[in-house]
Amino acid sequence: MARRLLKEYQTFSPQGAAMQPKDIAALLDEPACAHNSKEKSGCARPKPGSTAGGCAFDGAQIALLPIADVAHIVHGPIACAGSSWDNRGTRSTGPTLYRIGMTTDLTEQDVIMGRSEKRLFHSIKQAIDSYSPAAVFIYNTCVPALIGDDVDAICKAAAEKWGVPVVPVDGAGFYGTKNLGNRIAGEAMVKHVIGTREPDPLPQGSARSGIKVHDINLIGEYNIAGELWHVLPLLDELGLRVLCTLSGDARFREVQTMHRAEVNMMVCSKAMVNVARKLEQKYGTPWFEGSFYGVRDVSHALRDFARLINDPDLTTRTEQVIAREEAKADALLQPWRERLDGRRALLYTGGVKSWSVISALQDLGLKVVATGTNKSTEEDKARIRELMGPDVKMLDEGSPRALLDTVRDYRADILIAGGRNMYTALKARIPFLDINQEREFGYAGYAGMAELARQLALTIENPIWPALRKPAPWEEAAS
Amino acid sequence: MSVTVLKRNKALTVNPLKTSQPLGATLAFLGLNKSMPLMHGSQGCTAFAKVMFVRHFREPIPLQTTAMDQVSTVMGADDSVVEALATIFGKNKPQVIGLMTTGLSETQGADILRAVKMFRAAHPEFADRHVVPVNTPDYTGGLESGFALAVQAMVETLVPESNRAGLRRRQVNVLAGAHLTPGDIEALKEMIEAFELRPVVLPDIADSLDGHLTPNDFTPHTVGGTPLSDIELMGESAATLVIGAALGQAADALKARTGVPDYRFDHLLGLDAVDGFVHTLSRIAERPVPERIVRQRAQLQDALVDGHFMLGLRRVAVAAEPDQLLALTEMLQGLGAEVVAAVAPSRGPALEKLALAEVKIGDLEDLEHMAQEGRAELLLGNSHLGLAAHRLGLPLQRIGFPLYDMVGGYQRAAIGYRGTRALLFDLANLMLEHGHHEIEPYRSVYKVGD
Repeated sequence: MARRLLKEYQTFSPQGAAMQPKDIAALLDEPACAHNSKEKSGCARPKPGSTAGGCAFDGAQIALLPIADVAHIVHGPIACAGSSWDNRGTRSTGPTLYRIGMTTDLTEQDVIMGRSEKRLFHSIKQAIDSYSPAAVFIYNTCVPALIGDDVDAICKAAAEKWGVPVVPVDGAGFYGTKNLGNRIAGEAMVKHVIGTREPDPLPQGSARSGIKVHDINLIGEYNIAGELWHVLPLLDELGLRVLCTLSGDARFREVQTMHRAEVNMMVCSKAMVNVARKLEQKYGTPWFEGSFYGVRDVSHALRDFARLINDPDLTTRTEQVIAREEAKADALLQPWRERLDGRRALLYTGGVKSWSVISALQDLGLKVVATGTNKSTEEDKARIRELMGPDVKMLDEGSPRALLDTVRDYRADILIAGGRNMYTALKARIPFLDINQEREFGYAGYAGMAELARQLALTIENPIWPALRKPAPWEEAAS
Repeated sequence: MSVTVLKRNKALTVNPLKTSQPLGATLAFLGLNKSMPLMHGSQGCTAFAKVMFVRHFREPIPLQTTAMDQVSTVMGADDSVVEALATIFGKNKPQVIGLMTTGLSETQGADILRAVKMFRAAHPEFADRHVVPVNTPDYTGGLESGFALAVQAMVETLVPESNRAGLRRRQVNVLAGAHLTPGDIEALKEMIEAFELRPVVLPDIADSLDGHLTPNDFTPHTVGGTPLSDIELMGESAATLVIGAALGQAADALKARTGVPDYRFDHLLGLDAVDGFVHTLSRIAERPVPERIVRQRAQLQDALVDGHFMLGLRRVAVAAEPDQLLALTEMLQGLGAEVVAAVAPSRGPALEKLALAEVKIGDLEDLEHMAQEGRAELLLGNSHLGLAAHRLGLPLQRIGFPLYDMVGGYQRAAIGYRGTRALLFDLANLMLEHGHHEIEPYRSVYKVGD
């Protein structure tokens, strides 16, 4: 078997498939990313003994895992998949295949005897036989990258043999950071998937008289806790058909058609900006960067669609929807605003979220006293200054000590950050709101704002905080 | 009847039960006081492990990485180890660093012992701090074996060789296995202290990961856990209690270094297992069994009487690390239940002791299939089994690691008379709630009216 397999894929791959340094350099050199214009890049070498955050594999897997009808196979020994499968809050309307953890779970024998390629080949077959996926994605990891598995060739051989698309995503951990992994994932979609199928005709009965349907993509929206579903009804109402969300609640067949959109929105993330840029290069699709967090930003995003599509009727209807929804949201948020007015928040989160969430918090009457910017681009920072004034405290370092000191120095009422920092805050008896991937609540859209307000009030106003700071009665008596 | 261990027979692992050796070693190092575990690998190895522990314990978890990148992966990463050790000792000031390898560094061929020597030569200013190196590639073994290797490394690195066994007549060592929760270890210490003995538990995650608020808002290393000063005196204890079959080699090492006599227990769940342990304690302590423990035993007996109605003849599927699998299987069998599906993620000495026809080395897909084929009525396993339980329409008792879709899983005790009783009640209540099959109403053809 091994020999036959070898022959099968030798014909496809003259040289090994592992990602070359120049490929990685090309991905890091992202023209649309403002990091490029400055000497200090966001992708500096991590320091041993003082590094936090995920690896390229982590980033690649996160970016694509929400594609719900795909079998996602992690090719490597157990630690990569074993600690990471099914731990994202992303939701699907239909298939749940993406929640099934799959890995080649390489053994010592596989590594030493060079049997990992064979195991991968059989694993693909097993996944196809047991789960009939729309496609199979293979995530390469450190160990097979190091021993030189030719993952590209195996994917090609397997796809030909079983007639199911098999897509290699070569993002071994040691290639670099999570951010690089996001781009590797995007690159894999552009290279292997997008443009391989034409969009379906509009479903019968979806036509409304006088409304011309325009096709769009949402790139970098992960449907965390189902928050996309707060926004989708509005897009439907406006006649904006989402060909594909990369990758929240997406299907493989939708990713294939992304080249046909009239406009792409980069949602709240620079992570896959290379996808937007390449679609612009290859297919001339214009794109804009926006966010669905906060009343102002949702309205802004809807206007951007209308502006780029340039259909006067759409523009008129968009303004009507915005006026209606903003009035509705205003009424809904008024009681919360009264409770949250003047509260002080420290926001520590990556990239675009550093400005997009600020606007959402300001909509609720909170004052953002400081924000983390170690993953933000210069452009992001400019927007932050625009929103918060020139005196805003920008935190470039996210160590727990620095966060807690800032909370104290700036008298913040709440720390808003990713789950990793959650228990740091709670141990220090500081109210906390989780804003990252693992969270349970959706904050996007006009409707999401009410949920955000509720969660903020729930923790900030909670009676446990004074109870925790109170000394025990016998300590009080002694002093 | 000896058990057949069925090997993995498919290429693809689906819904993994296995976590990994570095994860197990990390757990062990988190049970040392003022400690920082350090993974020699790419930064993702650490990030994933950290997220997993944070979700399970709902605690900040100290854990660092040598952050291997493309250059160090190809050109050699010994310097990264030295740099990481120096950075952590300088910045975070732990007393001890647990240095673990990963699949990446093992495949690359890292020699961590040499790297530690280089570190010692280059940084004499940290001569009073400890480094415990251990090889834990993730392509072999699992959480339990990684934990056991780390405990063995702690013994070999931190316990001085001595011949003063028994000098401290009231002190006993406890080597605590990977299957014990902070709640378990807390209960274990209470039992030992009831005999007026002073336990030195290695590693003591009950003191570091029990979820307590401290006066300090933040500490970069572990707070609580076995103090190094206690470990250095383990050679003077009267006895060593070993909990978990997986710790055999660690126990051998401790005995060889110190001559302290040891008493080994596969687990402490179920009447028989606890009886053996309590009797041993009584002999070591030369004290009668305290009234309180006698009473707890009688309470468990009563619970067995009450619970056997719900659990007798029940068909149960269990997925767990070997030591825990043995514990749960023996407890269930002691109640007259039948284990119809048993899956372990990797091998361990406990598997040979199972009184079952077969046990499978496999994943949660295997367990799901076996549970279905075996017409199981109840599932036992970690949080990842939630989806399978939903698909099968069966109740799930969450136990093991990780437990991320519940609060306080880490504090549940399933050892001793009281812990056994608590688990028994939980299982019985699950069956009361879900396991009762009503008889389908049958309407007689002759019946008239409503």
